[in-house]
Amino acid sequence: MSDWEVVIGLEIHAQLATRSKIFSSAATAYGAPPNTQASLVDLAYPGTLPVLNAEAVRMAVKFGLAVGATIAPRSVFARKNYFYPDLPKGYQISQYELPVVARGTLSVMLDDGVTKTIGITRAHLEEDAGKSLHEGLAHASGIDLNRAGTPLLEIVSEPDMRSAKEAVAYMKKIHTLVRYLEICDGNMQEGSFRCDANVSVRPRGQEKLGTRAEIKNLNSFRFVEKAINFEIARQIDVIDGGGKVVQETRLYDSDKDETRSMRSKEEANDYRYFPDPDLLPVYIDEGFIATVRSTLPELPDEKAARFARELGLSVYDAGVLSASRELGAYFEAVVAELGAANAKLAANWVMGELSSALNRDNVEITASRVSPTALRGLLARIVDATISGKIAKDVFEAMWTEGKAADDIIEAKGLKQITDSGAIEGVIDAIMAANPKQLADYRSGKDKLFGFFVGQVMKATGGKANPGQLNDLLKAKLGSSS
Amino acid sequence: MLHNLSIGELAEQLAAKKISSVELARHFLARIERFNPALNAVITLTAEAALAAATAADRRLAAGETGPLLGIPLIHKDIFCTDGVRTSAGSRMLDNFVAPYDATVVARLKAAGAVMLGKANMDEFAMGSSNETSYYGPVKNPWDTAKVPGGSSGGSAAAMAARLAPYTTGTDTGGSIRQPAALTGITGVKPTYGRVSRYGMIAFASSLDQAGVFARSAADAAPVLQAISGFDPLDSTSVDAPVPDYSAMLGAPLKGLKIGLLREFFEGLEPRNAALIHDALKVYTSLGATTVEVSLPHLPMSVPTYYVVAPAEASSNLSRFDGVRFGYRCEAPKDLADLYKRSRGEGFGPEVKRRIMTGTYVLSAGYFDAYYLKAQKVRRLITDEFRAAFEKVDLLIGPTTPTPAFDIGSKIDDPVTMYLNDIYTIGANLAGLPGLSMPCGYVDNLPMGLQLIGPHFSEGKLLNAAHQFQQSTEWHKHAPRGYE
Repeated sequence: MSDWEVVIGLEIHAQLATRSKIFSSAATAYGAPPNTQASLVDLAYPGTLPVLNAEAVRMAVKFGLAVGATIAPRSVFARKNYFYPDLPKGYQISQYELPVVARGTLSVMLDDGVTKTIGITRAHLEEDAGKSLHEGLAHASGIDLNRAGTPLLEIVSEPDMRSAKEAVAYMKKIHTLVRYLEICDGNMQEGSFRCDANVSVRPRGQEKLGTRAEIKNLNSFRFVEKAINFEIARQIDVIDGGGKVVQETRLYDSDKDETRSMRSKEEANDYRYFPDPDLLPVYIDEGFIATVRSTLPELPDEKAARFARELGLSVYDAGVLSASRELGAYFEAVVAELGAANAKLAANWVMGELSSALNRDNVEITASRVSPTALRGLLARIVDATISGKIAKDVFEAMWTEGKAADDIIEAKGLKQITDSGAIEGVIDAIMAANPKQLADYRSGKDKLFGFFVGQVMKATGGKANPGQLNDLLKAKLGSSS
Repeated sequence: MLHNLSIGELAEQLAAKKISSVELARHFLARIERFNPALNAVITLTAEAALAAATAADRRLAAGETGPLLGIPLIHKDIFCTDGVRTSAGSRMLDNFVAPYDATVVARLKAAGAVMLGKANMDEFAMGSSNETSYYGPVKNPWDTAKVPGGSSGGSAAAMAARLAPYTTGTDTGGSIRQPAALTGITGVKPTYGRVSRYGMIAFASSLDQAGVFARSAADAAPVLQAISGFDPLDSTSVDAPVPDYSAMLGAPLKGLKIGLLREFFEGLEPRNAALIHDALKVYTSLGATTVEVSLPHLPMSVPTYYVVAPAEASSNLSRFDGVRFGYRCEAPKDLADLYKRSRGEGFGPEVKRRIMTGTYVLSAGYFDAYYLKAQKVRRLITDEFRAAFEKVDLLIGPTTPTPAFDIGSKIDDPVTMYLNDIYTIGANLAGLPGLSMPCGYVDNLPMGLQLIGPHFSEGKLLNAAHQFQQSTEWHKHAPRGYE
């Protein structure tokens, strides 16, 4: 059994969020009845010609700038020729030798807190194909060309990842980034964000790369991880069994959790790429780049660094809260009036109670039933000691289900914390009087009974006694447990 | 007779209400009915729609509207998509294809009040130099029906020569307007690449295809070219440059015009052909032009270069004809591969298949650099040499074809000999230059063409140079016997 090193590169397809298609004026909205969003250009009618959607170029440039890449002053669309019923022209318009974006990098934080830089070889524009439909059609296949001509940005990484987890971390980071940039909705179920994984293994220390297999069309982070891990094990098995890994395209079957061969290198198409004579080269000048640069939002890494620097958050918390633009915006709206001093409290609540509730009820943060203003109202009551953190959790649940403001719930349910020392002392006295044995035991040295008294007071006050105050007062009343 | 009037004269008579557009349409429809059976130039007749369009034009005329093409009939090459009318590209593949939209050329002429009489026969997908590759059978040359009219726009040229319409449209990828114009004794103009929109023109080789005009004279071609030229947002390769008033440019004297004679065009030129060119040049020198010899050393490479580039693009352009969405589909396909193989195998003719195979080969892994890339380099050299030549001269003049019209059937089995027919015309396509052919005499009683090639966007100058020649000569006025 040798010690193996895994080498992974990803080709991520991000569907660009343009309103119309990359080479026609048809709409790109998802879910329309079949073939209602396919124009004569998309249907490849004789005589029709492609016209480039400038918005797609702008989005590609935006991505390029966000990963510190080179924006090609001249890029060229090429034809990738192959026959398939969902490819109406018999070729896909893509970029081949001269992509619009080249040589970028992206830093990814791994589970162990280490930051790793992944190279981005290139990102190029291309059109998506249609879909073949086989369900519900006897002895026939249907073709839906609504998706044909939808703009894609194919983001190709260097083979820099060394485990399935790294690959997923990278893919998640790209997912975060494209949504930050508002160039892709990131919807993986609808196929707006998917990837092909190139996987190979080699004995550790060997420089030459092993033969790779390409796993096609992975559309969830979980599948990416499982498919890669299956593939790694498969390849090691093959080599250990004295065999050779063959270069091929494989498909991941999520039901069986395995990859299966789709076609070998020998069966691969010769795509006969050549520059598309229907389209002129795309020329991008410095002025255009500067304009696009001016529209770049604060990027996730910048935001995380700012959260750590200005709000004193841990690197981990800052990373989580900047992982999506919406989450970051929510968090910032909560912190805005609470002040930086309470940023950690806000972070804990956003990552804790709020995230759990969102996950539990499968709600997007932008549709949260507790708005940032409402959460800020709740946290303000913790800060000013109106309620304890524990009570606050109950108030939050009520806010989530009833949609009311924290103050209304505190008022209506009488949850206001008791901070009147006299009132708390009164309760303590009553508890001491009612529990003479425990009091005697405590005073004779059973320290642990302190908790018993705290519990009794809390029980009697319905949990509303200010915990800090109670602690101090109780200590004073009970006297030392000498 | 109406069919001998120029477009300008027809427009005048229409404006003066001496004739109506409907009468004009009827006159030409009658000529088509009479002459087309022997020529096979028109493959779709749209008589009813023509009369409707003519009636509409008459209403516009009655309302006082005028226009150089308003109410005047034409025939479109069947490569232009025409809304609601079969658009076959001369192929069985599209025999059942009714276009759901108008090509930009068609739409612009429609807007100008043109009246379409029908669609003209052509080589299948514009691949051919003799109009023998059409699914609808060969077109006969009105000068001698045993001869080809040239191709690929052979139907448009023969129809024009036989006076079946005042003008016709064509496309020119390697000479498909100029060569048939020469072989049928008419004037044919291929504009600068990008001057006329390719939208709706069924693609053969996208980087070479350009729409143009057949007419009896340069003066007749001018308003038609005017109407179809100009930027089209639907064609990314159309050029956004103003279109000059071509008709207004037809008066300029030629004194001082510098004409370049391409050495490569005259080397080995058949003596009778050469004599006609030299006679034409005498006309030009008498008009005050001077001649100078220029050389484009790489021009002899244009035929092999073209026969790499054009099939490469065609092989990809024709992939959309797969039997899935439109066009010919084979009977009862067994599976997807069978659907593709038989639909394409049965739908395409032999010349189209030959070019698809050639094109697929030159783009294949391992051959791409040696063929496609090399051809693109030669193409660049030829373009640069033309550019350098136009620093010295205003336009180039030479023969359009090596020989007059040849016998139907004589070259169809010998593709290379057939391809050499385009030896003088292909250069302008590779460089994207405008070119024009007009009649300049006869060899063996068949018309021969004089070719003018100018720098990019010099259509106005070319038309004027042709017009001045036609003011001093009578060749363009000759009609084939029986069609006068």
